[in-house]
Parts: sequence; structure tokens; C-alpha cells
Amino acid sequence: MVTLDDYGQFETAWCPGCGNHSILKSVKDALVQMGLEPHQCIFVSGIGQAAKAPHYMRTNVFNGLHGRALPAATGIKLANPEAVVIVQSGDGCNYGEGGNHFLAALRRNINITLLAHDNQIYGLTKGQASPTTARGHKTKAQPAGNPSEAFNPIGVAVAMRAGFVARGFAGMPEHLTELIVRAVKHPGFSLVDILQPCVTFNKVNTFAWYKERCHVLQDHDPEQWDQAMALSREWEKKIPLGVIYRADKPTFEQSLPHPSSRPLFRNRPDPDRLRKIMAGYV
Amino acid sequence: MRRELNIMIGGEAGQGLVTVGELLTKALVRSGYHVHVTQSYMSRIRGGHNTYTVRTGTGKVQGPRTGLDILVALNRETISLHEKELNSHSMVLKDKRFDHSMAGAVDIPFKELAGAALYENVVGLGVLSAFLGLKKEIPEGCIRSAFEGKKPEAVDKNLEVLDRAYEFALELRITGYELALATEGPGLMLSGNDGIVLGAMSAGVSFCSYYPMTPSTGIAMALNSSGPDMNIVVEQAEDEIAAINMALGASYAGARSMVATSGGGFALMCEGVSLAGMTETPIVIVVGQRPGPATGLPTRTEQADLNLVLYSGHGEFPRAVLAPADPQQCFFLARKAFDLAEKSQGPVFILTDQYLADSYRKVSLPDPEGLAPPAAPQENRNSEEEYQRYAITPSGISPRLIPTMGPYLVVVDSDEHTPDGHITEDHQVRRSMVEKRMRKASLLQKEAIPPEYIGPEQPHDLLVCWGSTRGPALEAREILGIEKTAVLHFSQVWPLALEDFHDYMHGSFRVVFVESNASGQFADLVCKMIRPERLVFVLRYDGLPLDGEYIAEKTRQAVIREGQGLSSGST
Repeated sequence: MVTLDDYGQFETAWCPGCGNHSILKSVKDALVQMGLEPHQCIFVSGIGQAAKAPHYMRTNVFNGLHGRALPAATGIKLANPEAVVIVQSGDGCNYGEGGNHFLAALRRNINITLLAHDNQIYGLTKGQASPTTARGHKTKAQPAGNPSEAFNPIGVAVAMRAGFVARGFAGMPEHLTELIVRAVKHPGFSLVDILQPCVTFNKVNTFAWYKERCHVLQDHDPEQWDQAMALSREWEKKIPLGVIYRADKPTFEQSLPHPSSRPLFRNRPDPDRLRKIMAGYV
Repeated sequence: MRRELNIMIGGEAGQGLVTVGELLTKALVRSGYHVHVTQSYMSRIRGGHNTYTVRTGTGKVQGPRTGLDILVALNRETISLHEKELNSHSMVLKDKRFDHSMAGAVDIPFKELAGAALYENVVGLGVLSAFLGLKKEIPEGCIRSAFEGKKPEAVDKNLEVLDRAYEFALELRITGYELALATEGPGLMLSGNDGIVLGAMSAGVSFCSYYPMTPSTGIAMALNSSGPDMNIVVEQAEDEIAAINMALGASYAGARSMVATSGGGFALMCEGVSLAGMTETPIVIVVGQRPGPATGLPTRTEQADLNLVLYSGHGEFPRAVLAPADPQQCFFLARKAFDLAEKSQGPVFILTDQYLADSYRKVSLPDPEGLAPPAAPQENRNSEEEYQRYAITPSGISPRLIPTMGPYLVVVDSDEHTPDGHITEDHQVRRSMVEKRMRKASLLQKEAIPPEYIGPEQPHDLLVCWGSTRGPALEAREILGIEKTAVLHFSQVWPLALEDFHDYMHGSFRVVFVESNASGQFADLVCKMIRPERLVFVLRYDGLPLDGEYIAEKTRQAVIREGQGLSSGST
């Protein structure tokens, strides 16, 4: 039996009251619920406050470069299709520095889960606008208000008909845990954009701000793409939480010319086959 | 009877000159002749002017040479552009539609013999095979192996055209271009890229991610087509940044991992190189150089990215840079690269260039059965203690385990980390981790390949070269006189061991650095360790490969530079 203790308790570098604390708890709860042991999972992160999360858990960790968690996770999953691969990083990392990789991951539909801690601000570098910061939001770096439109990760993912698109909120941990379980179980790429208040640098999108707007979707059929598109645009007054869109599609791994679930670590070059390939050069 | 011939096929992109060139090269290799191919092409799919040059002979042919024995002109432009490379004994095979009267011209009714424009290049193959005295069955066999798998319906038609062209050429009764009887058996026809591909496969490569870029795309393409047979995962990434990060992820997860790119793509990978250094993740990085800066001459050759590769990636960490001379060395050094990457747990480079990447040679390789497997990660561990990915050891090498293969945890971090892989800002830990990583340099130093010295003991000129320039330098040595010229070739350019070449730097009257770049980047590196008294440069940076005559001529003209900065002069 896997218990929370297996994942350990660690001192963090996060501010008291930061949304990351409850997200970390939800992640651990989800893993325990699924009965996954620490050594069966590989957590991949980039750089940012969210990207530190895997360090506060007993599990396998590849903490790579800023923006590059998704390609590293893609390589890991391709090398070992049996591993449970979960990416945990922030809005700056996934949607800014790694924007191209986010688009490519949606297209590839590789069976990994992206938990995007979305606090709509840069925390680690102390308060600049992030890709999801609202237009007009004043920051130290954008004193006249953020001049750029906010990136809509849910909208983009639904527009691309990604297989599993969900939104959670750090202030509703049980609901978030349930979403993470469903995301990890989904065969294909799954996105959980997690709204997360930054108590130090984002004075606009506070706990209260989110609480007032967030509501868990009832009676929504996530297989209805048109409805999902409409929901993905809801933001200012009401923010829908839950699985926004879901579709069954072949995964990237299944679509390879030679799909195999065997880890590449077990691969040994076959001299007979190589001899045959070499003969092709005669 | 000729012991050696230099044959150029010229035409526009889209005329199939590479197909005929490759078929001819294959026919020569199957007949037991040595070959040396230089491909010169423009960055376009149709039109322009491209050439495929095969130098062939009964003995080893080391490099390209100026002067053509046979010119096959698939278009008019080829004649006017290459007329100056002909001599009184040269033969020009031209379409009889080109009304260009000249000595040595042989009119070939390409259109009539081919029947359709699609087969005109096979006419060239048939005519050349007859003039060179190749047995007809040999080009026939080459056509069969080229088309049987891919386009079986094309085999008969191609054979028919080949036969017509071959018989037509025999009836012309032109002699003087037959090759002397080959003294060796056939071999493999391999380009530099092919050598790397086969070497990597024999070493067990199982993952390659790439973004297409000339001249390295062929490496990923070849791995891709053998992927199902060898269980290699090849992924076309969204950009080079993704490519190297994927390859590092795959390597962490246990795959033997590589990327292949050229200068511009590699520039994008540099942060990933640093990640490999910090996370101590093995990776083989192939950089096929082409002229920069920026997009430069995308399809030509240069050796100007040595500095980029040597100093790529921020921060300090050990690396090795291999620079194979020819397709055979590409095979063995690719194997070595995978071994070194695993042993040192970090980045190992294979530095080639467009000239070598595309240059076919006749190569013999050992049977794959007898090849020793390269170093591998540990399978598991029998210890109750918590596993530490970065355990401090005297050699700096920590036992590497693969995540999910056992109950232990593998934690790696791009931040400075504790022995168990977790982020830290502790200065004492930082110091010990830096020292641990740097200690791995001595392993690479111990494994470094010493340079190869060819020549008399006290030559007048010592030609120092690296990578693909070995063959041309050896030819220059023949031209300059083997009794007074020597060649020192480096197939590994980092790390260097001074004791391996110290004496040579003072053993000749002049030391001539021969490089395909404008500033003598390798000379710069060597001179940091030892500065020869009389230093001379032969540098080429027009996008074309160095050849023996060019090197010999420039060596004769070269003026000794004393007390000058390296970058102050030109050739």
C-alpha cells in the first residue's frame, strides 16, 4: 500500500500562503490514490517557483532548463513508455520560454501529463508580467499596464483538440486531486492548467479574486468541442473548472513506425540485423 | 589503361545527377576501385548548377583534385563553367543537342538513347561504364539494388536504357579511359554521414532527435529508415532546442542518445550542452560544419565552428571533441563517442563538415558481431543506502542508474545540487560538485587519441591538420615531396595532450597549419600550449574543400609569420 509518507515531507522555498503548497499536496494525494510508487513516476520540471515542486517529494526527478521541461519529458517517455511522466512547471516556463514546445506537445499527443502552475506572474524573478498576465495589469516591469494580450492555454489546447484539457484551482484541492488523477490516467497528452495565487507579486489575481469567479462545471459534456471552445473563453466574470475538453485519439507512441512499450535501456544492437543494413551499402 | 581518373558530372538540380553519380560510384566500388566523391550543390531543389565529382583509381584516393579527365555535361552551363579544368587529354561527354564545338567532345544522343527525359541520367551511367571498362553486369546490379526495393517497375526500363547506352559507347571505340585492373575486392560505399550512422548503430544508438539542417539531415534520415529494424526512436523536433532537450531526457531514461545538426542549429543547442554538463547526462552531438556566420553558404564546407564547439555551453565542464578524417574514421569515432559519453557522463562531439558528410569512399568495416559494446549505465544496485546520483567519488564519476528500473530514485537537476540530486545553494557543496565534475576531465584526457604523424623525421614542412583535411594534406605531401614534408593529423581536437605533439612542433623547419577557416582556429588552440618558431598558415574559406594542389601551392608561397597575432593575416 502506497501512503503519503512514501512521498515524504520537505521544507520548501515558497512563501507562506503560496498556492504551490496546496498543489503539491494535491499531487501527492493523487499519486497515493492511484497507488503509484515513487520510483514508478518521473517528474520533469523547468525553472521557476513551480518547477521546484518535484524536489519536495520523493520521486524520480529531471529538473531541466527554463522552458524545456516538455521536450525533456517527451524524450523520457519515448525512451521509457512504461514510466508515468508528469511535467510540473509554471506559466512562464510552459507558455513563455517553452511556448513552441507547448504547441508541439499538444500536436504530438504523447502520453504525459502537464501540470501548469498558472499564477499569472513571474514569481522567481520578482513580479514581471507572464504570458498569462491580464492586459492592463500593472507590474514593476510594465508600469503602464501589461500591453500584451494574455495567452489562453485552455483556448489554444481546445482549439488544437488536445485529448484532455482541464482547469483546476489551488484553492479547491480535492477537486484538483481528482483532476490530476483523471489527467494521469488519460491515455495521451493531458493539460491541467492550475490557477494559483501568488501572494507576494500578484495583487490582482488573489485567492479572493479566484474564489469569487471559479466554479466547478456541472452537466458539461467535455466531448462537445463547440461548448468547450465557448467555455475556454469564459474568464472575466466566471471561470469554469473541471475537464473542459476530452477526446480519444491515438497517442504519439502508438503512431510510431515500430511502437513498443519496452524501455530503450533494454535495447541491444542485433548484429544480424546490422550486418544486413551494412550489406545495403555494398 | 588508367590508374586514376577524375570524373565530374554537372547539371541542374532536378536532373538526377546525384542518382547517376551514386550509381557510378557504387559500380566502381563493387568493381574494387577506390573512390573519392566531392558533391557541390546549391541551396535549391531545381535549377542552379550542381556537380558530383568522383575521383577513382586502383590505389587509395585521398582527396579532391583539380583537373578533369572526364566531364559529363547534363546541361550547357556545365561545359562553360568547367572548360578551364580540362586538358588536352580530357573527354567531354555532352548532349549532341549542345552545339558547343571543342576538342575532346563526344556527342551523346541522350534523348534518343533514353527514350524519356527521366532516364537521361542512366544514359550517362551506361556510357561511362563502357568507357571505364566496367563489366556491364556491375552497373546492372547497381540499378537493381537501387530500384528493386523502392520502384520495382522502374528496373526493366532502366536496364534497357543502360544496355542501349553501354552498347552505343562500345561502338564508338574510344579507348584510353579504361581503368587498370582493380587489385582489391569490393567494399562498402560510405559517406562521412553513413560512417557515423553505422558506427552509432553498432554502438547501440536508440534515440536521435533532430531538426533538419544540411549537411547533417542525412544522419537522422538513415537512422529513421533503420529505426524499425534496430528499434531506434527518431523524432523530428520542433526546433534544435527541443531536439537536444529530448535527447537528454531520453538519455536520462536509459537510451543511447544523439543529435545531429550544423552550426546554426548547434548554436541553439548550446544551453542544452551546458545542461548535459551539469546533469552529467551522456550525449553524442554531431556538428557537420558549413560556412557561417548566420546562414552563410548553407550547402558548402568549412571548419570554422571549432571554437563554437570547444567553448559551447555556459559554465565549466569537461567534454571531448572528435574530428574524423574520413568515413572509416567516422565509423570508429562514432563508436568511441558513445563510449566516452557514457564513461564521462557528459557531452561528446563529432565534428565533421559538408565535404566529409557527403563524400563517398570505399570502406571496409569489421563484422558487427566482434565489436565490443560501449560502456553502459549500471543495471541495478544491491545496497540498502539511498542512491545518490551525484555521489562524490575520486574519479568524479558517480554510478549512473536508470530511473524506474529499480526501487531507487534518480534525481537530476540543472541547478547546483547535493549528491542526491536536489537543488542547493550551499557553497561547500558547490565547491565539491565543481571539483567532482572537473575531475572527469582526466578520464577524457587519458582516453584522448594522439595525433597521427606521417613523414620523415626532420621535414622542412610539417602540415598540421584536423578532421576532414587529412586526405588533402597527404596529397599535398606527395606534391611537395615526401622526403621533406610530413603531416600531423588530429582526429581528436579536445582534449589535447601536449606530450603527444610537443616534439613535432620543433621538429621541422616550418609548421604549416592547414585549415578550412579564416583565422586558424586549431592553430590558436595548439599555440596556447606550444608556439612553433616558424609558423605558416594555409587557410581556405571560400566554401570549397581543400585539395592537395591548393595546399601545396599555398605552402610554397606561404610567408613565415613572426610575432604576429594569429588573426592578423590572410592566406
